[in-house]
Amino acid sequence: MELALTSRTVGEHTVLEVGGEVDVYTAPRLREELLALIDGGTRRIVVDLQRVDFLDSTGLGVLVGAMKKLRGVDGTFGLVCAKEPLLKIFRITALDQVFPLYESVDAAIAAGA
Amino acid sequence: MADVRLCFSPAPVHVRTARLVGVAVARRAGLREELLDEVRLAVGEACARAVALHRQYGLRDQVEVTISDDEPYTVRVVDRAPVEAGLGLSALPPDELADESLTDEALTVGVGFALLAGLVEDLQVRPVAEGIGTEVRMSWPLHRR
Repeated sequence: MELALTSRTVGEHTVLEVGGEVDVYTAPRLREELLALIDGGTRRIVVDLQRVDFLDSTGLGVLVGAMKKLRGVDGTFGLVCAKEPLLKIFRITALDQVFPLYESVDAAIAAGA
Repeated sequence: MADVRLCFSPAPVHVRTARLVGVAVARRAGLREELLDEVRLAVGEACARAVALHRQYGLRDQVEVTISDDEPYTVRVVDRAPVEAGLGLSALPPDELADESLTDEALTVGVGFALLAGLVEDLQVRPVAEGIGTEVRMSWPLHRR
């Protein structure tokens, strides 16, 4: 399934819903979208991965890059991910210790992600 | 024993094709359903790594994938980059993953290797027998009845 990106605003947060496959081919589009949001002044981003079918190291690298960039401008970054196959990827790579991971968009926003 | 061979130009778009073929052969060979996601991810990581190396060194050579449906189910991914580049793999600890000075490229390589090492119980990365390049060999038991 192709990459699908949709963003919406919830209060002070921008929620980027990601769907489909995030891999070495599609990850550059995700990077462009995140950079466009940050360069456009967005400082509170929640990336919703609930509809992602596949995520590889390139996609993970893009997410880490966005988190670092936001951190550099006093922004916040949270990930919504409750699917076990994806959570396993975060655990294997130890990125579960790097990213704030939430079970839902509501939980991410409530935590001030 | 039957081998399926796939060669593709080092372009990211073809990595998806390799993943699909890898999973299709694994399913037909009888690999347990719960391992198919691991195969899909591992084949993708190994092929993406090869594509990245070819692009890094400006190589037009094709990436070679050989899949064996014999016991154990085995996938071999061969790149033609200098061996020292191909073998220079290491996983990164959590505190380094978020390090500001780490480049995106280094991060992706480290995360990719962590995924391969974490997903594949039987993983070997070694120089190819002939010529220049590295072979990533991954296998999973079929437990055929």
